Amino acid sequence: MKTDFKPLFAPKTMAVVGVSLTNSSHPANVIFNKLSLRYPVRVYPVNPRGGRILKDTVYRSLAEVPQRIDHVVIAARARHVPSIIQECIACRAGSATVISGGFAESGRQDLQDRITAMAREAGFPFIGPNCLGIYVPDRFDTFFLPGERLVRPVKGNVALVSQSGGVLVDQIVKFVGQGIGLSLAVSIGNKALIRETHLLRYLARDPATEVIAFYIEGFGPGEGRTFVELARKCPKPVVVLKAGKSSRGKRAVSSHTASLAGDYAVFSQVLAQHGIVEARNEYEMISFCESLSCYKQAIEGQVGIITVSGGHGVLAVDACDAHSLKVPPLDEATRELIRRKLSPSIREIAALGNPVDLTGSARDDDFIAAANGLVGSSDIDSVLLSLLPYSPGISSDLGARLSHVNRDRDIPMVAYVPHVEKYRILIEGFELNRVPVSNSIEGAVLMLEALRRCQPC
Amino acid sequence: MLKKAIRQILEDSRPYGWVLEPDAKRILKLSGIPVPAGRVVQSARQAVAAAKKLGFPVVAKAVGITLIHKSDAGAVILPIGDESQLEQAYHRLTGIKGCQAVLVEAMGRGLELIVGGKIDAQFGPVVLLGMGGTGVEIYHDTALRMAPLKRRDVDSMIKCLRARDLLNGFRGSRPVNREALVELMLNFSKLLVKMADKVESIDLNPVLCNPDGCLAADARIILDAGYAAGTDKPEPDTGGKRPSSRA
Repeated sequence: MKTDFKPLFAPKTMAVVGVSLTNSSHPANVIFNKLSLRYPVRVYPVNPRGGRILKDTVYRSLAEVPQRIDHVVIAARARHVPSIIQECIACRAGSATVISGGFAESGRQDLQDRITAMAREAGFPFIGPNCLGIYVPDRFDTFFLPGERLVRPVKGNVALVSQSGGVLVDQIVKFVGQGIGLSLAVSIGNKALIRETHLLRYLARDPATEVIAFYIEGFGPGEGRTFVELARKCPKPVVVLKAGKSSRGKRAVSSHTASLAGDYAVFSQVLAQHGIVEARNEYEMISFCESLSCYKQAIEGQVGIITVSGGHGVLAVDACDAHSLKVPPLDEATRELIRRKLSPSIREIAALGNPVDLTGSARDDDFIAAANGLVGSSDIDSVLLSLLPYSPGISSDLGARLSHVNRDRDIPMVAYVPHVEKYRILIEGFELNRVPVSNSIEGAVLMLEALRRCQPC
Repeated sequence: MLKKAIRQILEDSRPYGWVLEPDAKRILKLSGIPVPAGRVVQSARQAVAAAKKLGFPVVAKAVGITLIHKSDAGAVILPIGDESQLEQAYHRLTGIKGCQAVLVEAMGRGLELIVGGKIDAQFGPVVLLGMGGTGVEIYHDTALRMAPLKRRDVDSMIKCLRARDLLNGFRGSRPVNREALVELMLNFSKLLVKMADKVESIDLNPVLCNPDGCLAADARIILDAGYAAGTDKPEPDTGGKRPSSRA
């Protein structure tokens, strides 16, 4: 499908079809209100009965709207949707989002097939039906959820595509909590016309997107093959969270291979074969997206660890081990290099193995010395910092200072800092300088695992 | 494009929904996948003659269109060390319900692997490598990749097996012939892709691997249900199909 997605994702003019003249909390009205009050788009309400809502004229049809519309949001009853799509095409609108349900998901495959055939023939892109639609931070959204109930995502470089609208909103909330910015979030619902593969093609070339994340329930016949082939060619990391991993009811199979190669086993291993990072749950999804939004290079997983607490060092080693990341010993030259730069007071008490345990007496400069030593070692391809700011020698500048250590080298660095409000400056010092920070050791290790897995296995 | 001889075997097997072992092995052989030397026989005397040519020990298996799960039916006897054992085995196998002929094969040795193929609804042809034998579904030690495979895919599959050390030589045993295994997997992947519209799944179990080489000691090809039930479906031979005489 060669279609222009620009009106869909970067519209300047919009219309909402199906606004209610009497019910201000109708989904179409919620969408109309947020578009007209909060976003830099020109938006027109449409209802065949005409009239006014608030101070805006309601247009009787799309043809009456005085401007050409880039993006039409359709929130009318399913039976009206075919004629609205026809109208969109007739008045040369650029695209649509069909919010309305009542199609394939409730037995009306015929209605869905009708709108899909019309749109396909006209080269008219639409998202849905039966979806929440699109959220582009600072530009527009078609979610029928009142703005005050949503946690507003910040603009960033991760694109999120989800079959389920509910999961999408929940992921957005979690992304916000973790400080991950979004370029675009789309719920594709019944994916009648625009499907994962189309969006993957589009996002691979979208300059605002650096990481492409999918929540997928399943592919159509042969569609998985197209998806992985596209992802393999895509220069950006692709993360997939698969829902529906257990096989529903064991079918009687007559061969060992059919029984051993179940749907999920194939899905998971074929994704890995093509360098797609499979997140096994939503926590992995968040850590993976955050990490891949900061770093592009894949690692083998030779981790250097810096800690101020022996216990955290051991926990970090255990977590690395559980995720098949190695924590190699440091050579004598590296240890000596670090030792010489340490403050005299900790030179004798610090443990310069791997993990490097700087002890609770460490100061900012000691961290810098240890980090410089690790990124200079040829045995190390990534660094995990476990930073506990209750240690009195750690200042609020340390995040920003450490995040400059690896600027000129391809050694990804991730940090664990407890996420409490008073450590905010420290955390932002890392994050604003594109060093991802997790609120757990496990999360920081997952960030490194993402970098190991974003290459074909 | 499939070789004409392979297409013909598949075509002839449609009424049964699967390809009998001697025919499946002909397909493998035509595709560059080593199989044991063997012969389909119809009498104890033929069996003994075949075994003498092959050299003892041999394996004897019942062949029949209803005998799709041979091990479960007790339709595989091995190892058979001499003529009298073979005669006994022949009579036991021909006593199995559904037995139409007996396949006598040279007995291979080596580590038992499974090489499988399946046409996945979402991803098309996929290849499986795992620890094989009758315990395959207990160990569950397998790796899967989308076909066609590249050499590096095969390397990565071997690396993914928990039992990889057994292939690399473990506690004094010599490593299996890895090049032969890679070659077998690549040829299998090519064959699977070519047959993708006609088959549902293929089991080569076991594939026997030793320091000298690898061969498919058993083969089961299940046809795609749509292909098997095609409109130009040939009439099933009521007299009972005789498998071709050469394996």
